[in-house]
Amino acid sequence: MYQYDQYDQAMVDARVEEFRDQARRRLEGKLTEDQFKPLRLMNGLYLQLHAYMLRVAIPYGTLNSRQMTALGDIADKYDRGYGHFTTRQNIQYNWIKLEDAADILADLAKVEMHAIQTSGNCIRNISSDHFAGATFDELVDPRPYAELLRQWSSFHPEFTYLPRKFKICVIASERDRAAMRLHDIGIQIVKNEAGEIGARFFVGGGMGRTPMIAPMIRNFVPLDQLITYAEACLRVYNRYGRRDNKYKARIKILVHELGKEEYTRQVEEEFAHMLDIGVEPPREELARIAEHFADPTFEYGPKTVDRSDPDFALWVDRNTHRHKHDSYVSAVISLKPVGGIPGDATGEQMRLMAQLAKRYSFDEIRIMHTQNVVLPHVQIVNLPALWSELDAAGLGAPNMDTIEDMIACPGLDYCALANARSIPLAQRISEAFDASGKTEKLGELKLKISGCINACGHHHAGHIGILGVDKKGVENYQLSLGGSEAEDVSLAKITGPGFTEDGVIEAVEKVTDVYLARKEGEERFLDTYRRIGMEPFKEALYG
Amino acid sequence: MKILTGNDLKTGDVIWWTGNGWSRHLDDAADVGEHGEEILATEEAARRVNVPYIIEATREDDGSVRPAHIKDRVRALGPTVRPDLTLRPKDPAALDWVI
Repeated sequence: MYQYDQYDQAMVDARVEEFRDQARRRLEGKLTEDQFKPLRLMNGLYLQLHAYMLRVAIPYGTLNSRQMTALGDIADKYDRGYGHFTTRQNIQYNWIKLEDAADILADLAKVEMHAIQTSGNCIRNISSDHFAGATFDELVDPRPYAELLRQWSSFHPEFTYLPRKFKICVIASERDRAAMRLHDIGIQIVKNEAGEIGARFFVGGGMGRTPMIAPMIRNFVPLDQLITYAEACLRVYNRYGRRDNKYKARIKILVHELGKEEYTRQVEEEFAHMLDIGVEPPREELARIAEHFADPTFEYGPKTVDRSDPDFALWVDRNTHRHKHDSYVSAVISLKPVGGIPGDATGEQMRLMAQLAKRYSFDEIRIMHTQNVVLPHVQIVNLPALWSELDAAGLGAPNMDTIEDMIACPGLDYCALANARSIPLAQRISEAFDASGKTEKLGELKLKISGCINACGHHHAGHIGILGVDKKGVENYQLSLGGSEAEDVSLAKITGPGFTEDGVIEAVEKVTDVYLARKEGEERFLDTYRRIGMEPFKEALYG
Repeated sequence: MKILTGNDLKTGDVIWWTGNGWSRHLDDAADVGEHGEEILATEEAARRVNVPYIIEATREDDGSVRPAHIKDRVRALGPTVRPDLTLRPKDPAALDWVI
């Protein structure tokens, strides 16, 4: 994985000291909250319901064991013994003291991490496929391109005050495991008919209060023009994005209002101009970055293991993903134990995952946007030992992509923006489906729960989505069906009137019963919904 | 009644105006009547509270205070999904109080 050079380290160290001084001045009363707020947000420090919250960037979800250990240590030293992995492949700490914040950033800097651009109207953490660099179906490892974009977008003076926040995703396979088309810019690394590698650009996607699927605006951008094209996309947005209205300020609104053709025309015009200026980093820089992402030395070994333990076999079937080397798999560590809080891990669990990564996965870890953790390169022969240790630590839930593997935002239990709680629903649904034994019968079923319209829980993209709303001071939940954030991307549709907390859990049970009664062959919930439409589900819910 | 709340500048803790200072315990909150804005201005300027605001609440028969909105009840207690981290970790009725 990428390692800081002297410039990276110097920039991050300087930022820590700058923030230390800013925090000191705030504590001494030399800065008001209005003056300090934008400064703390630029360093990922929010003020949430119960305390300050620090969001730490995990670039494209890639970590090594030293970094994961540091995250666990921070949870224990400065927080209350746990952290929360997010749908942006980041981690958040919920109980931070302002007087500790600079020390935390200093601890992060020691392991080449920071919280820069995890808030504010700038280019946020670049996300990617959590199986990047390991999966059998990728064209190339997308992370060198994600890293190039990260370096370009870090402290970019022109894009520090965009009309609104900006999220970029890079993938390199036909399977979309990163919700690529629901980003402001989604980039798919592709091969053209001449066999050259380039970038396909999708611009103007997003969730939030106005969900949109990004249209493709360029089928192929040569890799030596990647940054130039991205810069052209941003420049048009920066010039014409709706700064007058926060709710219309995302690029998706601009692309929608201008129309794809006109936005594209303007980008192409800007692109031609930018090519003349020459902003593209030299190819040697991409080559330098790519060296950091070279494959580890894979060894040949057994391709099967003893599956006589049914619990282990289920975990292998559910929680491993096919690797590009046939003696290896990528193993998913579920942070969704039955009745647990999706995405939460204790400091002790983080340190254990770090140790296991070192022992079994060439020191590599990935964070999934579905709030789980991946050990990308596990030799098949080591799976029994790995599973035993995970299971003993409460990290062995065999539920990837099932209804129990739901996404849930922090919701009203932690978040100042939320209207309703998300986590209790996740807990109750996982308990109910685990107890009824329906989870296995349902197969792949992506449930996503947001506590407000900002959609951090990706409810628009859930096969089943739940949105918490405030109905005259009481929590109420809207149910939606038919969303997908994968390559078959679609936006979920609301079923009808909302439900109470008890009612929405019952509603989820009813719609899954409709699916089980109506499914044909190997259909997933989503396939059945698309075939039979909303009516049978509405009939079950409201009829 | 109207009460004042905000967060402690250093720790971020949720705090409530008692009439002559700030407390982490909601039941210490005082009714500020129509004086909320001026108290907030003074207290924020003195850095004794961060991002303060006024909320509606009721004084119950047992003397306890109940904010009108669920968000402030969650703030007052702590995360309902982690009773161990709330101000009433051993009180099974705490969750019902929030809802």
